[in-house]
Amino acid sequence: MAELPVASTKAPPAPPPPAAGDAALGPLLDELVALWRLYRRLVGAQIRSEWQYRTSFAFFLLAQALITALELAAIVILLDVVPDLGGWSPAQVALLYGLATVPFALTDLIVSPVEELAVHVQGGTFDRLLLRPVSALIQLCALEFELRRAGKLIPNVATLVVGLVATDVELDVRSLGLLAIGLASGSAIYAALWILSASISFWAVSALQATHAFTYGGQFANQYPLHLYPGWIRAILGWLIPLAFVAYVPAIELIGAPNPLGLPGWLVLLSPLAGVGALAVALTVWTTGIRHYQSTGS
Amino acid sequence: MPRLLWEIARRSFRRASHYRLATAAGVFVNTVFGYLRAAVLVVVAARAGGEVRGLDEVDLATFAFVSQGFIMVVGVFGDRELAQRIRTGDVVIDLYRPADIQLWFLAIWLGRAGYQVLARGVPPVLLGSLAFELRWPDPWWHWGVFVVSTVLASIIGFGIRFCSNLVAFWLLDNRGVEQMVTMAVNFFTGLLLPIDLFPPWLEALTRALPFPSMLQFPVDVFLGRVSGWGLIWLLTQQLAWVVAMLALGRLILAAATRRVVVQGG
Repeated sequence: MAELPVASTKAPPAPPPPAAGDAALGPLLDELVALWRLYRRLVGAQIRSEWQYRTSFAFFLLAQALITALELAAIVILLDVVPDLGGWSPAQVALLYGLATVPFALTDLIVSPVEELAVHVQGGTFDRLLLRPVSALIQLCALEFELRRAGKLIPNVATLVVGLVATDVELDVRSLGLLAIGLASGSAIYAALWILSASISFWAVSALQATHAFTYGGQFANQYPLHLYPGWIRAILGWLIPLAFVAYVPAIELIGAPNPLGLPGWLVLLSPLAGVGALAVALTVWTTGIRHYQSTGS
Repeated sequence: MPRLLWEIARRSFRRASHYRLATAAGVFVNTVFGYLRAAVLVVVAARAGGEVRGLDEVDLATFAFVSQGFIMVVGVFGDRELAQRIRTGDVVIDLYRPADIQLWFLAIWLGRAGYQVLARGVPPVLLGSLAFELRWPDPWWHWGVFVVSTVLASIIGFGIRFCSNLVAFWLLDNRGVEQMVTMAVNFFTGLLLPIDLFPPWLEALTRALPFPSMLQFPVDVFLGRVSGWGLIWLLTQQLAWVVAMLALGRLILAAATRRVVVQGG
């Protein structure tokens, strides 16, 4: 156990800083590396323990892939009944679906374990996490990590690729940039939603499910062209949980899909801001929550 | 025995009624999904000229909300209590009891479902009717048929989950199996899409499975899409699935108790 991450504090005292700017950079980097090692170690342990029940693991992975595939099948069936959805061809809808769901599945794997906070608060085991010298957020994400959730990524990534091929997107710098912005901002926003969703457990454990309207509901809503929805739903997706800018707008820019709302293309550039903003809000709420937290113990 | 089961169901009803905040949270989620699905389906119907496969915009919006109301009543996401008791070995106590284990858990299930009809079934439909025009059972006695059909649907939901829970006797961690069942239930009951919209071959296949009896059939009654002899035929199919699923549960239970040494020795 010699290489426990606490070792990072043993880093030699930094030499007097030459410039004010990078003063804290060395120790900070060390800390990040240590954190990463710890995370890898905890996640590795989780994966090994999952692997003990191999049949169940295989079933679960397959089930996750199939559930996602069947939700996709529902869209395919709709597109069999009508030739297009709000003027978007099947290929265009496929690309939209990929952009909407890949970030969701990624954060479902990596960040959504934080929702297990509810169980820890109810059982009183959250105190244990607070005693350790690492962020409780990271501990939860690592301790409750389940590789089996990765099953969702399979159909989602496949659909994104199919969408890109079927819409003949030319993979130049611009389109790759748009894809990267969409996927990265989308992941940031979904990560923020998971953290916010988990944070509700600090105040009302049993209300956790209500937040699924925004996480699962958000990703469901985002799979369809925004203009299908009535104005008030559009307003929520545009401003409250700014998911519209991570799939719908980039898709329009990428493939020139019909844009009856006339949304300007530069909105894409706002989506990284929306991502960072959402994360900032989520982390603030989380920290407030921890400060507010009172153990269930006597 | 009936008296005992009635008492169990009553207590299960009361237990479910204690989780007020969780219930409100669930209603909120179901309603949001109802709105999203209804919005999409209405656009689809409009695009197809006001009607798809005999379902008009009002039918589809109603379908979206009523099916959301069914989620808890028929247990779309299942119930892992029995599986957990098998895992911990507590199932021994259930097997010792002087009451039949299947009926015991059915009583718990129906008691809870009774509460869920009121708490999780009705509100999303009422909230949906604020923004969408919905269709209601007509003539009045269709309400009665709808209630009977819903009870049968809930028992089929129980029958399926009782079987999948018992798998825990063989696979201690049966979450994977439960997920597979959840997946099948989500798709083949008509929750994701009314099965009338499926391609003909898939619809025919789906109608041969127990799942539409769990959700689509009672909703069809609600919408008044079935009448006369059709109603009798629909209820007969449901009843047949009730018998089949409960019998299958008994078979698996018999195999499990003969073969398996319970955890804890």
